[in-house]
Amino acid sequence: MQDSTLNAPEIALGSAASHEEHQDLRVFGLLTFLISESLMFGGFFATYLILRGGAAVWPPEGTEVELLVPTINTIILVSSSFVIHLGDTAIKKNNIAGMRLWYGITALMGAIFLGGQVYEYLTLGYGLTTNVFSNCFYLMTGFHGLHVFIGLLLILGVLWRSRRAGHYSATKHTGIEMAEIYWHFVDIIWIILFTLLYILSVF
Amino acid sequence: MTQLETPKTTAVVTHHEVPQKWKWYDYFTFNIDHKVIGIQYLVTAFIFYLIGGLMAMAIRIELNTPDADFLDPNLYNAFMTNHGTLMIFMWIVPAAIGGFGNFLIPLMVGARDMAFPKLNAIAFWLNPPAGALLLGSFFFGGSQSGWTAYPPLSLITANTAQSMWILAIVLVGTSSILGALNFVVTILKMKVPSMQWTQMPLFCWAILATSVLALLSTPVLAAGLVLLLFDINFGTSFFKPDAGGNVVLYQHLFWFYSHPAVYLMILPIFGIMSEVIPVHARKPIFGYKAIAYSSLAICIIGLFVWVHHMFTSGTPPWMRMFFTISTLIVAVPTGVKIFGWVATLWGGKIRFTSAMLFAIGLLSMFVVGGLGGVTLGTAPFDIHVHDTYYVVGHFHYVLFGGSVFGIYAGIYHWFPKMTGRMMNETWGRVHFALTFVGTHLTFLPMHQLGLQGMPRRVAMYDPQFAGINHLCTIGAMILGISVIPFFLNAIWSWMNGPKASDNPWEALTLEWTTTSPPAIENWEVLPVVTHGPYDYGRSDEGKPTAQTAASV
Repeated sequence: MQDSTLNAPEIALGSAASHEEHQDLRVFGLLTFLISESLMFGGFFATYLILRGGAAVWPPEGTEVELLVPTINTIILVSSSFVIHLGDTAIKKNNIAGMRLWYGITALMGAIFLGGQVYEYLTLGYGLTTNVFSNCFYLMTGFHGLHVFIGLLLILGVLWRSRRAGHYSATKHTGIEMAEIYWHFVDIIWIILFTLLYILSVF
Repeated sequence: MTQLETPKTTAVVTHHEVPQKWKWYDYFTFNIDHKVIGIQYLVTAFIFYLIGGLMAMAIRIELNTPDADFLDPNLYNAFMTNHGTLMIFMWIVPAAIGGFGNFLIPLMVGARDMAFPKLNAIAFWLNPPAGALLLGSFFFGGSQSGWTAYPPLSLITANTAQSMWILAIVLVGTSSILGALNFVVTILKMKVPSMQWTQMPLFCWAILATSVLALLSTPVLAAGLVLLLFDINFGTSFFKPDAGGNVVLYQHLFWFYSHPAVYLMILPIFGIMSEVIPVHARKPIFGYKAIAYSSLAICIIGLFVWVHHMFTSGTPPWMRMFFTISTLIVAVPTGVKIFGWVATLWGGKIRFTSAMLFAIGLLSMFVVGGLGGVTLGTAPFDIHVHDTYYVVGHFHYVLFGGSVFGIYAGIYHWFPKMTGRMMNETWGRVHFALTFVGTHLTFLPMHQLGLQGMPRRVAMYDPQFAGINHLCTIGAMILGISVIPFFLNAIWSWMNGPKASDNPWEALTLEWTTTSPPAIENWEVLPVVTHGPYDYGRSDEGKPTAQTAASV
């Protein structure tokens, strides 16, 4: 770390901490990226609200939202945020098996969520181009689904890497933390999306 | 004036197993060194500048006469669209932020590289395919709806070309977001501990503000463009009023990014100005904090002014009022900067180097462009001259007289550091004279054209405008010729120019403490900041103003 290199002259020359060991800034970088990413969803939310504000009937006839599957899906996704946190807690206690277990369960829950979304798409009875509500519906949920898929890949990547002994430990778990942060982000976006698209459409 | 001392350095880190110098072919590969990436950005941007410039020449030749006798109107539209798109997304933004930012930020804050070097290289390599998509779109008719791509026009003309245009902008936008996050993390976290926040060069403040702006606004444009892409290709109707969509919605999404894009193009240039002027005027910059904070102020206010592009889009009066006021408020921090530079020049020991000439030229240009901006920011006047050549004249004063002059100033100033060689000053002056005359001759008459009512974006116009248009075309030809001495000078100097010393301008910022060109790891030993970046001519100059090597 920069601080230590400058404040500790005794480690200069030879054994010096080089720049390759500068502070791990990946978490900070990811958070910065996610702030940016959330504004992209912000653009979609704004679009949805403006189109909704300009419409006489919302959602239009023939595109009523179903609540059962998405509610189950929401419960699964929101609880998966707690599950993945248990994995993070586990690795901080050096419990790799525990981390693998919790992350595995999270991955499974994420997969179920995606499966539920596909099931919903197949059974809704209207498609992307039906009307401006369905445009928004498929674009926003589809885009979010893509993010869940990327989060799933991150978690699977963590699980894959964790097979190597010593790859992650109580002091070395940035990758795990980043997957968790990303997963929480996807979850928060879903809560807003669910409120806008489903709850506010029904009530 | 007493002898200036460069910042002292102290032994901190040594022994790096790296090559001493990059070979020429390293610049054509996926290289993760921020200096290589910076130069890659700059060279690529300059190539697109030439291409975009040739398009501008074609446009001006077409407009030399009232009839469409040089270009087919469709081709004219394609040239006009791609001229704007290339110049904004492939030239000014990549050159000012990507080029100068990448080359200078780590050097200025005393870091060995950016926070995420690989991400940095990825961000650069998104640019060439984007440019290829834009140019390739000419094989499919060329996108024709102007750089704003407003629906419904963009939904009905040259769909394939328009889709390619959208993909290109999304690629550049991704590049810009990745670059911006890298800058934010590097500046906030990798500054050498001996550098106080108030000792950070103003260019870093400018890039920090630029990056925050890019992070917040670019994704919204991406969202809008994705919707447009779906409308064009997948049968959705977000922007089709007959199916429940809303065209003005697109304008909001577009300008929420594209107005701040104006500041993305000018804030880094303000940073360059704040570096060039004190060095060549041999004076401490006037109002360091005011200039630093005004960058942040422009960044924040800049996010709340986008509707001034839409005063004629059926905007309700209260909105016009709000956005007129917020637009005019942006002039305040901008004025603070201008006054800061003028006050720095006041009584300075000015060296009229090419860099300084361009910086002073920029000041005059930007005042004209800025005042034009104030007039346009007020709704009643804007409604009168909306979509006329007044607007074209205004934004070219800001973007050519502002951003392009700034990039030139930056090139003349940092060329010795980037290449290790000096540029020829005489040819630099010729370049400046041609550019200065050409800019005024091209863009000043456009204000008059606009006041008389000549619409923009058309290949044919009423013969009463022919005289002034002829003048503009002559100016444009001078501008076209002006790049020749520059390019010849840059290429020749890069190969054969006299060797530059480490600090040819006797500047005090950190990038001048290393060799020219900088060693691959920037410094053998990381520098320790002992005085402010602009302490020229002060009585305590050369004495440590921060921690010394002994105290750490």
